[in-house]
Amino acid sequence: MEFFKFAGSILPRLIEAAGTTLELTACAITLGFIVGIFLALGRVYGNRPIRAVTSVYVQFFRGTPLLAQLLLIYYGLPPYLAMVGLKITPFVAAVFGLGLNSAAYQAEYFRGAIQSIESGQMMAARSIGLSKVKAIRHVILPQALRIVIPSWSNELIYSIKYSSLAYFLSLTELTFAGKKIALHTARTFDTYVIVALIYLVIVLVVSRLLLMLENRVRVPGLGGNAEHR
Amino acid sequence: MTENKQGMTDQVVLRVEDLHKAYGENQVLRGVSLSIRRGETKVVIGPSGTGKSTLLRCINQLTVPDSGRVWLGEIEATSREADINRIRAQIGFVFQSFNLFTHLNALENVRIGPMKVRGMSKEEATKLAMEELDRVGLGDKAEAYPAELSGGQQQRVSIARALAMSPLLILFDEPTSALDPELIGEVLSVMIALAREGMTMLVVSHEMGFARSVADEIIFMEHGVIVEQGPPAQLFSASKEPRTREFLHKITELYGDQG
Repeated sequence: MEFFKFAGSILPRLIEAAGTTLELTACAITLGFIVGIFLALGRVYGNRPIRAVTSVYVQFFRGTPLLAQLLLIYYGLPPYLAMVGLKITPFVAAVFGLGLNSAAYQAEYFRGAIQSIESGQMMAARSIGLSKVKAIRHVILPQALRIVIPSWSNELIYSIKYSSLAYFLSLTELTFAGKKIALHTARTFDTYVIVALIYLVIVLVVSRLLLMLENRVRVPGLGGNAEHR
Repeated sequence: MTENKQGMTDQVVLRVEDLHKAYGENQVLRGVSLSIRRGETKVVIGPSGTGKSTLLRCINQLTVPDSGRVWLGEIEATSREADINRIRAQIGFVFQSFNLFTHLNALENVRIGPMKVRGMSKEEATKLAMEELDRVGLGDKAEAYPAELSGGQQQRVSIARALAMSPLLILFDEPTSALDPELIGEVLSVMIALAREGMTMLVVSHEMGFARSVADEIIFMEHGVIVEQGPPAQLFSASKEPRTREFLHKITELYGDQG
C-alpha cells in the first residue's frame, strides 16, 4: 500500500514529464516522417548524385550512435549557430537529433515499401498520362504508406523510448524527471518501476492506435491481415 | 467489316516510322513501320520475343525507342519538345497483367485519370467513370477493389480506365493472355463491341476468332520486323509468306479457329 501512496505522490510530476516525452516524440517522428519520405524518394527515383547524398545521409545517421548525434547538436553546434545569431534549446536540439536520426530509419522502411510495389503500377499510372510526380503522389505513396504501417509502428515505439536520451540534454522528459525524484526521495527502485510502467502504458496505447489505423486504411489485396494479429 | 463502322474517315491516327529498339545486343525492333486510320482495328501476331509488346510500349514511350518516329495525328510523340504526358493521355493502354491501382476501387481506378490528368471535377469524373463501367458491364462492381474482382473483371475495369480518357486509340498488349480460359470471352466481347463502335485499336493478341471478326488487318511480326500484313481473309487464305502460313497454321491448331 505504501508503494501506491508513494506512486500517487510522484505521479503528477511524472505525468507532466510524460507530456514532454510525448510532445518530443510527436515532433521528432513528424520531422523524421517528412525527411524520411524525401530521402526514400531520393534513393529510389533520384539521379546518381541525389542517390549518393541520400545514401550517405542514411549511412551516417544509422552508423553513428544517437546519443553522439544529440550531443553534437546540443553541445557542438551552438558556437556555429551563435555566429548567425541563433540559439538552440534542449527541446529543439532533441527534436532535431531524434527526428533526423529517425528519418534515416524511416527512409529505409519507406524505400522497402516503395520497392515492393509492382512496376506495373507506375507503368499504368504513366500510361494514363500522369506525370512521374503525380504518379508517385496518387499511386505509389498511398500504397507504400499502407504497406509500411507495421514496420513504421516499430519505429514510432523505438522513438518513444529513445526520447529518454534527451535526458543528456537536461530536458525534463519522463526519464530525467524520474532521475530527479529518485535522487530527492532516495526511492530509486520504486521510482524507476513507476517510470517504466508509464512508458509501457504509452507504448501499449500507441500500438493499439496504430493497429486501429492499419485496419482503418486497409484495402483488400494490399499489405498484411492486421485484424488477425 | 470496315463499312459497318461509324465515323470512318481517312484520317491517320497513328503513324510509326522505322522504329528500332535494342536491349544490349538483343535487337528487339529492327525497323517497324505502320499506320492506323481512325476507326481501324489492327491485330499484331507473331512468335513470342518478336518485339510485339516492345512495339506497343515504344508507341506511347513507356519504352523509349533507339530510333524511328511515332506520330499521333499531327503531333510527333518522339519529338523532344513533345509533352509526353499529354500524348499518353490520348493513347489508352491495356496491359496483359491489368495493372489496376491496387489501393483504389473500380470506380476510383477509372476516375483517377479524368480527375488528375484531365482536371475534371469529382462529380463529373464520377459520372463519366460510372458510364464507362456500365459500358464494360461492371456498373455493379464500382465499389469493389481489384483483389475482389476476377481477372476478366479486372481487365474490363482496365479497359474502362482507358476509355475514360477518351483516347484517340487504345493499345492492347495481350489483354487475354493472363486470363483463365473461361474468362477470356467476357473481355473479348467488350473489345469486339468497342471495335464495332469505331474505336481505333492496335491489339497484340493470338485470339484468331477476335482477329477474324473485327480486324481490318492482321500484322505478322517476327524477329523485330513486320513480315506480312493484310486483311484477315487474305492472310488466312492467300498468304504470300511461308512463315506467315506456318505460324497461322500452328496458332489455329493451338488456340482453335474461334480463339
